[in-house]
This record gives sequence, structure tokens and C-alpha cells, in this order.
Amino acid sequence: MLFLVILILSIICSYFLPWWFAAVIAFAAAYFLGTKPGKAFLLGFLAVFLAWVILALFKTLPNDNILATRVAHLMQLPNWIVLLTVTGIIGGLVGGLAALSGTLIRNSFKK
Amino acid sequence: MKFFAFLSTAATLLLIWALEAKFGDFPRFGEFLNPGTGFWQNAESKNATLTEELKIDGLQGKVIIKFDEHRIPHIFAENDHDLYYVQGYMTAKDRLWQMDIQTRAAAGRLSEAVGPKAIEVDRYHRRMGMTYGAENSLNGMMKDPESKMMIEAYSEGVNSYIHQLKPKDYPIEFKLLDYAPEEWKPINCAYLLKNMSETLAGGSEDFAMTNDLKVFGPATVNDLFPDYPFHEDPIIPTGTKWDFKPLPIPKPSAGFTAQMTDKIRPKEITPGIGSNNWAIAGSRSANGYPILANDPHLNLTFPSIWYQVQMSSPTVNVYGASLPGAPGVVVGYNKDISWGVTNVDADVMDWYQVKFKDAGKNEYWYNGRWNKTTKKIEIINIRGRKPVYDTVIYTHHGPVVYDNAKQKPKKDRENIPVGNALRWIAHDQSDEFKTFYLLNRGKNYDDYRKALSYYTAPAQNFIFADREKDIAITPNGKFPLKFRDQGKYILDGSDPANDWQGWIPFDQNPTVKNPPRGFVSSANQSSTDPTYPYYINWRFELYDRGKRINDLLSTMKKATVDSMRMMQLDDYSMRAHDVLPSLLKYIDVSKLDKDQAQALNLVKTWDLHFDAHSEGASVFNGWWLKFYDLVWDEFDRNDIELNLPSFDRTEKLLLTEPGSRWFDNIKTPKKETCADIMTIAFTQSVNQLIKAHGPSGKNWEWGNVKDTHINHLANLPGFGTGQFSASGTGAVIDALKGGNGPSWRMVVQMGPQVKGYGVFPGGESGNPGSYYYDDMFGTWKDGKLNELLFLQSPDEKSDRIKSTLTLSSK
Repeated sequence: MLFLVILILSIICSYFLPWWFAAVIAFAAAYFLGTKPGKAFLLGFLAVFLAWVILALFKTLPNDNILATRVAHLMQLPNWIVLLTVTGIIGGLVGGLAALSGTLIRNSFKK
Repeated sequence: MKFFAFLSTAATLLLIWALEAKFGDFPRFGEFLNPGTGFWQNAESKNATLTEELKIDGLQGKVIIKFDEHRIPHIFAENDHDLYYVQGYMTAKDRLWQMDIQTRAAAGRLSEAVGPKAIEVDRYHRRMGMTYGAENSLNGMMKDPESKMMIEAYSEGVNSYIHQLKPKDYPIEFKLLDYAPEEWKPINCAYLLKNMSETLAGGSEDFAMTNDLKVFGPATVNDLFPDYPFHEDPIIPTGTKWDFKPLPIPKPSAGFTAQMTDKIRPKEITPGIGSNNWAIAGSRSANGYPILANDPHLNLTFPSIWYQVQMSSPTVNVYGASLPGAPGVVVGYNKDISWGVTNVDADVMDWYQVKFKDAGKNEYWYNGRWNKTTKKIEIINIRGRKPVYDTVIYTHHGPVVYDNAKQKPKKDRENIPVGNALRWIAHDQSDEFKTFYLLNRGKNYDDYRKALSYYTAPAQNFIFADREKDIAITPNGKFPLKFRDQGKYILDGSDPANDWQGWIPFDQNPTVKNPPRGFVSSANQSSTDPTYPYYINWRFELYDRGKRINDLLSTMKKATVDSMRMMQLDDYSMRAHDVLPSLLKYIDVSKLDKDQAQALNLVKTWDLHFDAHSEGASVFNGWWLKFYDLVWDEFDRNDIELNLPSFDRTEKLLLTEPGSRWFDNIKTPKKETCADIMTIAFTQSVNQLIKAHGPSGKNWEWGNVKDTHINHLANLPGFGTGQFSASGTGAVIDALKGGNGPSWRMVVQMGPQVKGYGVFPGGESGNPGSYYYDDMFGTWKDGKLNELLFLQSPDEKSDRIKSTLTLSSK
């Protein structure tokens, strides 16, 4: 549930809100739906990771990865898949940490 | 628990902050990498929309744009306003960042975007009067109703495109450098022209020549830097009669050699910036009509400096290459005429030593009295820092580009600081766009001449061919009326006799129409033979390309487009033709080791073509350059900037003055002869070749020895071509070397139905994430031309039309 909410909202919001809003989504979703902090981090990470990878693939596949390959070269990465992974990890870390924070804060209020 | 909650929240915010912040030259990673607004958004889909209708503000009628297989826009508008509006709109759509950065550079506003590292470049552009010149030019253009209409409509179109952009749509370079596009102002069109003037007429050797004069004296300098070259084949054929009564030539001023004054110098003249154009008469072509060819040599970049476009309205239907940021077509053709350009290389940039009254610099000495200076305060805004305020002093000549008061030693009279004022043609009011407006609509020779009369700078050799079978060429621009060698050295700014004394009348600019030899041509060599009454410059590009072109054209019969294309790819070396026999004559074979003897054999059997697979070309090239360096060792000094004699003068020395003192190496006690240094040059250059490329073989092939590449305009790795093997070199027709060469190859066959062919290395789109970013590079590299699609109406059927965009007002 937490995973799906973050994934879907992240994808939708990416079209009209700044990128860091993914953190707000993950935070809020974990605040209301999260249970264990570790699990929240993992689900938050995976959800935003996947959201960003799906969104990037949506643009790069019809492009035959021309641009991603050039940018990978520019950033001295071996190929576009590594660049895609780096993109996903950055999004994932933001989502995971935000979800973790949401759960922890909710838990600390409960006590 | 609360502690961990705090820690985790803090870590989240810190991460977001780090991803939002800008560190050094890195992009902001969060913005750049996120798929919603970052660079991923710039990846263009290969599935293009076939027909599209868009409503945009500001159009007066409906505009139909047909795109061919290279996504070149063919614009059909119902009126001229809409035509230039949509040219601006489409160019911005494909080249917005290029337009931004080029005009920023010209305006001295790079620091606003990239921070303190660009301050010195910006300061130089401000101080040399780029803003002053652009403002003057714009004033001139805005007085002309047609130029005004073009510039305003074009600017509106650019802005219409910019206004509907969201940050996610910004070209990738804006995302990388992290700044936003700004409103396009009409003056940016003028800045684009100033940019071209700086590239093509912004070099100056006056300072180095003045130093030469100080070090070697006038007799030697006159001998080594003659006003007319040893080898020459001028643009206006030798012997052409001048059918006008020239104005009186100004008297030279009392000689004055300026003190060495400054450290910052204008760009030195870059050899290799040059171009070819020629047109053959119907008598030499297969179909009986003229053929025109043009290949301007410029820095090769992605995106290309050129943007192809077809522009049609009730008053015009023209195809050709435009410059992003400038309305109209610069090099191209319509159904009646075709035209092209190469650089004239006129001396239109002079330096005047100024004597100020005191440290306030409010007055300067001129014409026997003190005159008021004016001051212009330049504000250079810098990203992440406080602005820099810079005061530039202007005399009636122009801006004092560099003020050296602080550098002057204390004991030198500090109350009389000395600087140099710059007189530059690009400071003047002008109306170049009118020339292109008229050429785009031209129908015959008279229209061509009328169009040229509006042109100021940078002076170009305008070549022309039309359907009525006229051909012509005119080295054209506003040329100052000067005494011989005026501005070869720094001038005394206090003597009115040193001022530019007016202009060469337009109708007395060198020109030739339908010469008996049946062709016209130019390759940046001397405009005329020495009988031309006026002084244009003391130096031009080497004659090599021009001579080769004229040799080939003078034997040409029944020529076709393909004959012209093959000529554009010609890599025969006139220099090798002229000097190789002497090089071989002087070399002492007994002093060569086995590798060197083998290398000598390569050059002996060489066919004198700078072909990509030729090893002989590599050996010759290294040998000649080394020989040149050794001959002029006297000029190799660290303490003073000197100008070296030209290759042409070196050839004369080699061919006619074998006993010259210049062959001696001044660092050795021995007195070297021409033969001595010829052998030393050979052994040293071959050893260098072995050191850099290993033993003779594939690695010695010219294409591998020569570094050829096309970089992204901002030198971004991965965004250019990387190094590739290619034929050609500086002084052959196919002048491709380093990152410089034929930036647009065009051949136009005139006739009842004109046919154009052309290609540039790159693509229409400036987006590295587009299929059209470099789709024409391969064709260009293979030496082929694309047949250009010249539609006669928007309804004309062609299977090369891939999509249609219809624009109309909201």
C-alpha cells in the first residue's frame, strides 16, 4: 500500500511539481501508512527509484537513448544504464529517507 | 526515538539541499537528473508528429511549415512580417541556447550565466566597444523600414517561442549551466553581426608589427612584410581595368611608431579562417547556365553556425543558410540568382596611441589641442558576486581598450599615461540585414549590386550567378580611405592625418562581371593586383587555394554540379607544388639514418595531395613547418610579441634568396646555410613523427596525424564527434584542419529551373537529444551534398516532406 501510494503519486506529481516534492509525498505517505521505520525506508526507496526509472525510460526509450548516452559520456559514466541507475538511486534515497523520517516522526508523536 | 526522527529528517533535508545547491561548475544534480524536469525531458522521440496545428500570439495570417527528411523548415507565410516572425520562432525552437550564448559572448554578458571565470572575456568585449558598436548598428538598421520590420518580427517570433517554454523544456545547456533563457531583444540581432565581425575582421597584427619595427628596423620589416605577396593570383583578375576616377589618396602622416603599451591584445589572426567561392559562366558548364559554389570555412561546432531554411512569402522565395539570431538567408539562392561569400580580410581595425592630459583622462591631445574624452561605464553582472564597474574612455577614434597606467614602472612619467584607442569598422552605424533582404529577393545583376551597396562589415567577397547567365564577384564592405600601410602599425592618435579620411566609394570597390576567362572566384587572397588605386590591406590569406581554384576552373569544360563538388574536396597542395622541388634539392641525403631515408622516399613519391591516407603529406607538413621555425628563429623571443614573416615570404626566401642571412641559426657559432637547416628540419621533423606516431605505417597517414574534430559549442565531452580521420589541410581547397573547415558546402546550378545542393557538418537541431542534431555530419564527412528541396508552393507534393506544422494566431 505505502509503496503503491508513493509510486503513483510521485509519477503524477512529477508533471507539475518540483522534483523534491517526491520527498513530501514519501514523508506524508509514511506518516499515515508507515509502520516499521526500516520497511518504510525500503518501500520509499523502491517506490521513488522505480517512479524515476519509469519516467526516465518513458523519455529515453523512444529516443533510442541518444541523449542518455551523450550525457553518460559527459559525466564519465560507462553507459546510459548506469546513468539511469544513478538517477534512480538519487530519487530512491530522497524517497527512502523521507519515508523513514515520516514514520519516525509519527512514531515519536505516538509515544 | 525523537532523536532518530530528528536525525532522519535533518538528513533528508540535507540531501535535498545538496541536490538543489550548485557546486562549482557542476549542474544542480536534483534539477538535472530528475526525470520530470531534468535532462531526460530533452530526449526527443523518434516518432515525430506528422501534422500539427498550433495557435501562437502575434501572427497576422496563417503560416505553413513543411519539414523535409532533415527537418529543415520550409516556411510559407502570407506576408513578410509572419515570414520573419516564424523564422525567429523556428530558429529559437531549434537553436535557442546557441542564440543566447553567442549574443551573450558578444555583449560581454557571459559572467551573468557562468560566473567569475568569464569576467576577463566580458571585460574585453565591453572595452573593445562591442556594445557601442551594436547600439550604433541597431540605430542604423532601425532607420530602414525593411530592416526594422525584419528585426522586430524575428525578435517577436523568438520571444513567442521563449514565452511558452516551461523549465522542463529548456535546452539541455541551460539545465547544465543552470540559468534560464531571457527575452530576445532586437539588439541581439546586431550582437550576432558583431560576433561575425570579431571572428572575421577582429584580428590585428598592428601591435606585433610595431614591435617588429622596433626590433628589426624599417628596411628589414619592409623586406620581410611586403605589401604584395611573392606568389599571387588576385580575386579580380590581373590586368582588369579600373573604369573610375579615384578619389585623392590621403597623404601619409609624419611617421610615428607607438611605444609598446599594452599587454592585452586583440585576438591574433587565425590562419585557416577563410573560405572559397567561385562561379563559372555558362560557357564552361554542361547545361549552358552558370554554376555557383561556396564553402565558408569557420569554426566547426555542434550546433552548426548555420541553420538551413526555405523562406517564402508573396515577396520572396529563397533557400539557403541563415545565421541563428539574424533574419533572412545569408548564403543561398532563389529561382533567379544565387550568391555566396568569403572573407575579404580588409584592414578595418586600427590602433591609435593616445596622449592624455593628466591622470583624470578627461582630455587628450589631438590636432594641436586638448580635446574632451567621453566615458562609458560598463556594468558587468556576475553570477554569485557583486557586479564589476568598468569605465571605458572614448576618444573620437573609439574606445581606449586597455589602460596600462598601473603597469607602467614608477620612474616612467606617470602623469602621462598612455593607452591605445581602437578605430574599428564594427563600431559604425550599418545596415547589413538590408543587403540580405535585397539579395533574398534579387532577380538579376542590378539587384545584386544594389543589395551590396548597403553592406558595411565584416567585408565579404560577394560572388554572384544568375539565370540571365551573368556571373560577378565584388570584394565588398565599407572600406576606409587610407594612405598606403595606414594601420599596418600602431598610429599616432594626435595627428589628424592618421584618421580614416572617408570611404572608398561603393561603386569603386573592386568588382568584375563576366570576365573573359569565364569564371570568377575567391579564396581570401589579395582582392586586386597592385594597380588598384586604393589601399585595402597589406596582407591577405595565402594565394594557395585561390591559385588552385583558378587553375582547375581555367581548364574546366562542360562542368556539372559534381565537378564543383569534387573541386570542393580537392586537397592538392600548391605549397608543396611550389617548394617541394627546392626542399628535395637542398637536403643532404648522406646525413639521414635508415628511418629518415625511408621517410624521404615517402615524400619523394608523394602525389602532393593532402589525402587522409597519404603518409607523404605528413612528412612534408612536418618538414615545412620545422623549416619555417628554423628560418625565423630570430623572431622566437619570450620578451616581446613579434609577427613572423608569412609562408609566402618564406617561399620567396627559399626560391630566390638561398644565400640569405636568415637561414643562420643565431644560437650556434656556426653559420648555417639553407642546405644545413633543410637537413636539420627534415631529421628533426621525422624524429618527431616517429616519437608521436611510431614507425612509418598506418599511423603516419595524414588523416591520423592531423587532428580533426567537431566539438560542441561549449566543448562538452560526448556532445561532439570526437576525433575522425579526414583529408585536407589549411592551404588546400578542402581546408579542413583541427576544428576549422568548410562549415557549409553549397553548389547551385542555375537554369530554367534552379537546383541547389548543400550540406553542413551537423544538423538542424541544436538539441543533443535529437535525431537531427548530427544527421548531416556523415554526408558532409563523406564529401557528398544533399539535393536541397526548393518548394515552389506549400501545396507542391514531394515524398521528401515528412511533416507539416500550421501556425495561426490565437
